Amino acid sequence: MSRSSVRRDGVHGERPGRQAPGGQGTATTAPLARGRRRGRGGEELMVPGAEFTSYYGRPIIKRPTWRARDIAGYFFLGGLAGAGSVVAAGAGATGRPVMARALKVSSLAAVTGSAAALVHDLGRPARFAHMLRVLRPTSPMSVGSWLLSAYGPAAGAAAVLDLTGRLPRLGRAATGSAALLGSAVAAYTAVLAADTAVPAWHDGYRELPFVFTGSATLAASGMALLASPVGENAPAVAGALLGTAVETAAVVTMERRLGMIAEPYRHGRGGRLMRAATALSAAGAAGAVLRARRSRSAAALSGALLLAASACTRFGVFHAGVASADDPKYTVLPQRERLRRRAEEAAAASTAE
Amino acid sequence: MSSIIGRNLLAGAEPDPAGDAGHGPDHPPRVGFFTDTSVCIGCKACEVACKEWNAVPEDGLALTGMSYDNTQGLSADSWRHVAFVEQSRPLGPPAPADAADRPVDPAAAPDHSGVDVFALAAGQPAAAGAPDLPARAADSAAGAAPAPPSPDGRTELRWLMSSDVCKHCTHAACLDVCPTGALFRTEFGTVVVQQDICNGCGYCVPACPYGVIGQREQDGRVFKCTLCYDRLGAGMEPACAKACPTESIQFGPLDELRRRAAARVDQLHAAGVPEAALYGADPGDGVGGDGAFFLLLDAPEVYGLPPDPVVTTRDLPAMWRQAGYAAASLLGGLAAVFAACGTHRKGPR
Repeated sequence: MSRSSVRRDGVHGERPGRQAPGGQGTATTAPLARGRRRGRGGEELMVPGAEFTSYYGRPIIKRPTWRARDIAGYFFLGGLAGAGSVVAAGAGATGRPVMARALKVSSLAAVTGSAAALVHDLGRPARFAHMLRVLRPTSPMSVGSWLLSAYGPAAGAAAVLDLTGRLPRLGRAATGSAALLGSAVAAYTAVLAADTAVPAWHDGYRELPFVFTGSATLAASGMALLASPVGENAPAVAGALLGTAVETAAVVTMERRLGMIAEPYRHGRGGRLMRAATALSAAGAAGAVLRARRSRSAAALSGALLLAASACTRFGVFHAGVASADDPKYTVLPQRERLRRRAEEAAAASTAE
Repeated sequence: MSSIIGRNLLAGAEPDPAGDAGHGPDHPPRVGFFTDTSVCIGCKACEVACKEWNAVPEDGLALTGMSYDNTQGLSADSWRHVAFVEQSRPLGPPAPADAADRPVDPAAAPDHSGVDVFALAAGQPAAAGAPDLPARAADSAAGAAPAPPSPDGRTELRWLMSSDVCKHCTHAACLDVCPTGALFRTEFGTVVVQQDICNGCGYCVPACPYGVIGQREQDGRVFKCTLCYDRLGAGMEPACAKACPTESIQFGPLDELRRRAAARVDQLHAAGVPEAALYGADPGDGVGGDGAFFLLLDAPEVYGLPPDPVVTTRDLPAMWRQAGYAAASLLGGLAAVFAACGTHRKGPR
């Protein structure tokens, strides 16, 4: 029910964003592009505002029905599992048995958690098997379901055979296939997000897979630092640096290319989480480089920071996407801009003739 | 049915979506809606008929303050939605739709925003120029106060009403991304959810560029307009079109509707309504043309429609390619890391 009332001097009570103004629906002024910050707390340079119109400020596309804990959590766990399998294979091949075993176990646990989160997020969890009714290349969720149903058993076999020490040849095969499939599991979730109409996800489809694999590398390196002895740590330290570099570069490139659609990655909940991820990964990587080769507890702490950084990135991307779906300006302004450019090109082509 | 091999089925014009979906050569012609908003009177008969026929549950009784629109938008429980847009523009020769930010000629569009309608109703002289609108009052011709509403009670208010519905896109993102095959293309070229298959993954919800399909919270599954698939099978027109008293909602074969719509636009242009334009009728647009398209009297976003929707799967090949590069670089990067760190030897170095 409405909590507002209309009296002679106007409308009282709150209907935020729902007032029915005369004129062209709800006209809101929003900056099309945002200038760089000049120093900390400096003034933001605004490009002259672009007028945009909406229907009473209501969103045009629907926000995802997904719960953040389930789906952003799945992005994190899937990355940890997938990249973890790659690290486990590398550790096994280079004579680091403790790291290999720890990451096989963590990947099994993470992929189990992923599956649980995915089933929990369904509107009809009892029908989860319908996911394997068809295989559809146009549906990243269908491809992902099949991928997980191949990767899960491989990761499980790798972990169980390593723990029991039985069938070593089959164990190596399982470890190898889990590594190959794991890299796909870590990367495909970016397509899952990007293949929607959500502006902050869809328009970032070029860089998002690298954000996700970078973040997955961070998570797996963090888990390796957390679980393996100091002597075996060297690849985990290098992996932490690699992951931090890839993720940071991908996020910076993506935000630059997105223009005004990058706002949700910089402001609000998504922005806070992305900043937290940057700080945590920097601290974790620095700790790993400086202390993790010498101190077990420093290595564990760095590992925990890196895991937290990876989780923050995934939740940040998730919340930024939801925020960009909720505000019609992220749908209208880029599409208007696209139409304007197309009209200009058509005009230029017709004058050239 | 022409072969689907070697054609881009993700975007661009596609003359026969039902045939490409596997329906035989004798499938019925593609049908759809042409919603002519210039004759919509906002009666909401379509909303009611849809709810009645399809047994769509009620979706809350909220007073939104959005003119007469308390439905708010399309959702799992609203398959038709009548938008009400109030504009202070004259009904006569209007400004082009894209000229909202151009200075309005005061003679063409008298500004009554400063008129106290309560005072007018009480028979008191209208106080022109509300204190919060000094700039607009000063903008009026030679500083003169805007004229009060004319004696016949008409003001310069324009009401736009439009009955929104699922667009039944040629390239339907909801259908493309559905992992279970619950969404399918019917022999009529429409897009329908099989309710016994949908497992409520919700992927179609953010995939729709129009924000049409929604999840029913208590139920968990998604629902949207079926273009009355059951009625079509029995040779009847959809309930909303049947109930529409002004024929704002027209149902028929899509080819015929497109011809009729083009003629209607020409008629309106000739009658002095230059801003009348079709929305979703172009088979070359981002979704390959809509099965349900509209004649609008203002920019699409005014009605809550995206100005240039694009089916998300158009970019899917590029997305998979990028993900492939990312997965390969993950494998390669970590392999390089392990190669650089070398084989671990037990014991102190």
